[in-house]
Parts: sequence; C-alpha cells; structure tokens
Amino acid sequence: MQKDSVLYQELREVINEKKSLRNPLIEILHKAQDIFGYLPPEVQEFVAEELNMPVNKVYGVVTFYNAFTMKPRGKYVINVCTGTACYVKGAPRIIQMLTEILGVELGETTEDKKFTLTAVRCVGACSLAPVFVIGDDTYGRIETRAQLQGILDKYLKDEV
Amino acid sequence: MKLTRIDVLICFGSGCISAGAPKLKERMIELLDEHNMLGEVNIIETGCMGPCDAGPVIMVYPEGVFYKKVTVEDIDEIVTEHFLKGRPVQRLMEDADAERKAQTKKEIPFYQKQVKVALENCGYLDPESIEEYVALGGYEALGTLLTEKTPEDTIDIIEKSGLRGRGGGGFPAATKWRFARKNSRFPKYIICNADEGDPGAFMDRSLLEGDPHRILEGMMIAGYAIGAEMGFFYIRAEYPLAIKRIKLAIEQAKEWGLVGKNIFGSDYSFDVEVRSGAGAFVCGEETSLIASIEGERGEPRPKPPFPSDFGLWRMPSVVNNVETFANLPTIIRKGADWFASFGTETSKGTKVFALTGDVKNTGLVEVPMGITLKDMIFDVGGGMTAGKKFKAVQLGGPSGGCLTEEHLDVEIDYESLKERGSMMGSGGVIVMDDSNCMVNIAKFFLDFTVDESCGKCVPCRVGLKQMQQILTKITEGNGTEADIDKLEELGHMIKKLSLCGLGQTAPNPVLSTIRYFRNEYEAHIRDKSCPSRVCQNLYYFEIDKDKCIGCSLCARKCPTKCISGSREEKYTIHQIDCVKCGTCMEVCPVKAISTFPGIHSDVSAVKDKVANDD
Repeated sequence: MQKDSVLYQELREVINEKKSLRNPLIEILHKAQDIFGYLPPEVQEFVAEELNMPVNKVYGVVTFYNAFTMKPRGKYVINVCTGTACYVKGAPRIIQMLTEILGVELGETTEDKKFTLTAVRCVGACSLAPVFVIGDDTYGRIETRAQLQGILDKYLKDEV
Repeated sequence: MKLTRIDVLICFGSGCISAGAPKLKERMIELLDEHNMLGEVNIIETGCMGPCDAGPVIMVYPEGVFYKKVTVEDIDEIVTEHFLKGRPVQRLMEDADAERKAQTKKEIPFYQKQVKVALENCGYLDPESIEEYVALGGYEALGTLLTEKTPEDTIDIIEKSGLRGRGGGGFPAATKWRFARKNSRFPKYIICNADEGDPGAFMDRSLLEGDPHRILEGMMIAGYAIGAEMGFFYIRAEYPLAIKRIKLAIEQAKEWGLVGKNIFGSDYSFDVEVRSGAGAFVCGEETSLIASIEGERGEPRPKPPFPSDFGLWRMPSVVNNVETFANLPTIIRKGADWFASFGTETSKGTKVFALTGDVKNTGLVEVPMGITLKDMIFDVGGGMTAGKKFKAVQLGGPSGGCLTEEHLDVEIDYESLKERGSMMGSGGVIVMDDSNCMVNIAKFFLDFTVDESCGKCVPCRVGLKQMQQILTKITEGNGTEADIDKLEELGHMIKKLSLCGLGQTAPNPVLSTIRYFRNEYEAHIRDKSCPSRVCQNLYYFEIDKDKCIGCSLCARKCPTKCISGSREEKYTIHQIDCVKCGTCMEVCPVKAISTFPGIHSDVSAVKDKVANDD
C-alpha cells in the first residue's frame, strides 16, 4: 500500500492529534488497528517514523499486548469469552462447535475473510455465560449448534 | 423542570443490554407516544441494577415495582395495565415459584442482605447525567474537603474508616496516600486501575458504566489528599462503554467547573486523562500498569521503590482500584465511623462481588465484610441452580483459591480468606457444582497465568510452565504418584521467588485444590479416573441396552462412525475410536447414553498391549 494513501493520511491525522499527549504510542496503535484492521510491519514503521522512535520499540509493544495483531482479520471477529464463569458454563463446547461450523481453528480467519475466530479472557458479562462477542454485540446463554448457526447466518447475510 | 408521574428505570448494564433492554425502551416510547403519555413518564437508562440473571430488568417508581425477564410483548401490558390503570403486572414480578410474590425492591431476597455503599447509585441514576449525580449528593464530599478540610484531614478520615484497597491486595488506602503525600517531589499522579482482568469479575466495569461521576469524584478526593493535580484512568480496551461514559463524565465535570482550575474557589486544580489498556492481564499490577501508561511493554518493576516514591514518569504516584475510589465520596459524606460500623475487626465496610457460576441469582452484589459464604451464596445468590449440589467456590480469580463446603461458615474478610489459601482478590466469586472437575479447574487457571505471564522473571515464566505440563499429564491419565509433591514444591517456590503479584499468587488455584480436593488428584493419578467426567481421557460413554430403542440416530450422527448395531441387537459404542464429542448423548431421544468415570477396559487393554510391545 502506498504511504500516501487515504488510510495513511487518516493515521497521520490521528498521530498529529495525539502527539501532544505524553507517551501516546498505545493509544495511537489502537487507532491504527481500527484504521487498517491489523498492524503489518509497514504500519509499525510508519508510526515509528512519525513518532521519531525506533521500530523495535513499536514492535515490542505490538507483540506484548493481546489486543494488537499482525495478521489480517475477517470482517467480523468472533471473540469467545473463556473467562472462568464461561468456562464452567461451557465455553470449550462453544469453541468446538464454532471451529466445526466455520472450519477454522482459534486465531484463524475463514477463507472468505468473513470471520476470525478468537478467544478473549473475560468480557465481564459473566451472568450471561457462556458468552461470545461479535463487534459490539454480545450473545449469551448459547446452548445449541442451531442457535449458533442462526447467529452466524445473520452475519453471513450482513443483516447487522 | 418537567414534572412526571412515573419514573421508569431500565437497566442498561452490559448484561441487560445484551438481553434486549434497548428494544424494550424503543417499544415503550412508541407505546407511550400512542397513548399520548410521553410527558407523564420519565424513562431513564441506568447502570447495572445487580440481578443480571433476571435481565432485562425494569424498575418503576414511585412504587418501586420490579419487573424481571421483560420481553418486548410484556411492554404492552406494562403500559396499558400499570401505567394507564395503575395495576402492576404481577406476572412479571420476582419469583414465580415463591409462595408470596415480592413486590418492590425492598422485599426481594436478593437485595435484603446487601448494603450498598460503592453501588449506592448504581442502577438508580442515569449515568450520563451529571445533574442526577449532583442531586443525589454528588460532588458534595469533594466540595466539603476542598473548602473546609486539609489534605491531612482527608487522610485521617480515610484512615479512621479503615478502608483497604479493593483491588485485591487489601493494603490500607490511607497508608499508601500518606507515603505519597510525604514525598516532596512534584508533580504527583493519581491513577485509577480499571484494568479488571480477572476472569469472572465485572465489578469495576459495572461501577464505571453505572456511576462514572462517583469514580471521578473519588479520584479527585484521593488526588487532593496526596497533592496530585493530574489523574489517569487506565481502562481495559474490552470495556468500550465504560471508556465512553467516563469520558463523558469528565467532559461534563469540566463544563461545570468541577474539573479544572481552582475547583470550588479553592487553590486546588485537577486535570484528568483516559488511557486504554490493550489486553494484558499483568497490567493490573500497579508497576506494569504504570509502564503501560508510559507507552511501554507492561512489565512489572521490582518493589521497592514503591510507586508512591517512584511511580509514573518516576514521580510519586498512587494507584487505586475503581471500587476504592467509589467508596470515598460516601465515607466523606457519612463519616468514617459510619463506614467502620460495617465489617470485621480488620476489614471494614462493604465489598462488591460479581457472583457467577452455578448459582440462581448471578449478578452484582454488595455485602458487608464479615458475611458468611453461606449467606452470600444461598441467601443473596438464592442457592444452586436447580438440582445441583454445591461443590466449591472460587474467589479471587486466577490468583485466588477454591474453598469447599466446610468453609461455608467462614466470615469473609481479607485475613480469613488468606488463611485458608484463597483471597479476596478484586471480588469475583464463581460458584461451582459437582459437575466440575477440580483438577481441570486448576489447569484452567494455570493455562491462563502461563499465557499471561509477561516473561520477565524466570520462576513465573518457566516454573508455571512446568506446573502446567505436570497438570496436563495428570488430566490425560499419565500422572504419577510423585506429581502432587512436585506441584506443591514448584508452587511454593514460584510464590516465594516471583517478581510481581501475578507470579506470587498464580500457584494458588493449584495449591488450594490440592489442599482441599487431594482425593480428586489421586483418582486421576491412581485410578486413571475423572470422577466428575470432565477430563476427556478419563471417562467414557456407554449405551444402556435396556433403554436403547435401536433408532440408530446416534450411529448416524456419530462423527467417527464408531457406533454400530441394529434395531434387534441395540447399539454399542466402539470405545477405541470414540472421540468423546458427546453428540450421541445429545441426540438420543430416550437418554440411554451416559458417561462413566475411568478408562474403559477395551481402551486400557489396547494401551497395555502397546506398552508391552514397546
């Protein structure tokens, strides 16, 4: 991608806006991931250059935190909660069913780039356990494959 | 001001939002408009009311009627019957199975043993309105302090109240402040730790979402006490609504002159910034959190020096948990003695817990310190979910430990839990029934801490990995007698030698389960059997031929085609090929398939043969 493309323009604006904060790297990386969907080496180099810091520092931060990814993601990211309450109430089974339905393992993206399946620690919706999150929507108390299929279908048809 | 006849509080906590609260609101507005009643009814979106299990919940004032599990269709009835004709809809009120239906919030058993201090307003006011917070006494505490009391007075009041840090460690809040106050270097920083990483905990989230101004006020009280004019909220990126609400609260407070220069006409000025976490559990540790705000990898630093001397950007800083801040305004308003009247000798006041797992009333509760586990689980929590037997309760997340039935009469405070190998932690309480395997639970927590270990110190990085490997071996049926001792030895060593709180507490779940459920470990090792039928290698499925009707559904659905038979001969599972997916058990129309602990003789025979051939 050209560094003068619209996305880089947008990132540059974000950086200029946040530059006045002290140590804004993590805040900027969050925004960069929102813009690009992931953080490939080029984006990290760009951020490092703009902030006038070594790339290895940016890389160190990107690889440390779970929220940042260097792999492209699908249109919808399915975050299955594997917190204790969800685990006790059947999160492993949800993951098993999702891997079967989508045909991908945890951390992978489907071939049509529609879904990425990941696990998160705890989304703090324990009373609805087991829970998974797609975008801003939380789905709780899922028990059967049919329920799961029904939810995924909505996204497949982009009815959300 | 607009006068209304009815106030409708719709819970917009995360639980109720996902259960459909926004649609209820939409429908209600639509109907009120139809009936020309929009001017008479005031609809308020509140933070979490607590009983998440019953969501979505709606509270109607002036009566205080409490509706649970409300659907869009129910809204029609509520509007026409209750709002128009004044007859509350009994059907939707608490406890369908109870003899007498509870009517109002006060009569509901879930609330009866609770005492709300930090959660005082949560679920009662509109979190996006500073007016409502002020109307309920908000910012009064801050005003009193800034105009009538010195920072030293403030620390004295908090010391007298006995408030201890609610993030887990339980360090007296006033002592921490005093250290920072004494340091003469400026600027100082006050930091709110809202990196609530414990799986099974959502207290901080609910507080930030439900009553953001209270946390901001609490932070400013602490800031005034230590002499900090700059504050930081460090909030997990997984909590977007909390971030949004706290940002809004800050904006409103700035407009009202409550954040900024010369607050309440005093010499005190305060500014605040929000930083978001990026998904690292270790950042809940104060030195890691500080590193993360500084834009670095969130790795801990050795203590001492403590953050109160060398904190954010090496300046004196205090990191307090969300709930600690939430208590401050009420303590100042109602007095230290009032707060100290709740609780035990060493642990004063109340504690917010996130009650989850196999208990009837899951949700957010606040109880006085010193309540017994029994009262919390069986009275507030309403007991176990139908037909299940209590087995264990896990407190304190991955750093905590499991307690058993014999501990149900233990009074909850920092010391009593620690003595028994558990801990208060941030307040996650996970109740488990007898379908849970404790070895597997211990492994679950260890998997978590291994994954989240930042890797800086060896005991935590390598030691936990070793423990994990031993546990995996045990759950796969390859454990040996020496393994339990090895786990204990490693556990104690890691606790002693790790750099930060993560490693120092990570072995707790394993150590506490060995202490109280040793027999389960032994069953896995000696009998190669998982008594709760959770560990896949150590239990098997079998079809009861007397019950089997020979419908062949299981055989057709089996993914490995390991079930065969006929209508006459009934069906059999070939154990060697079975992957224990449970599909057969799920589809069987007559429930003829059950699980049994241990390794099936067919499988062990093959295993023995392989071992002999080698």
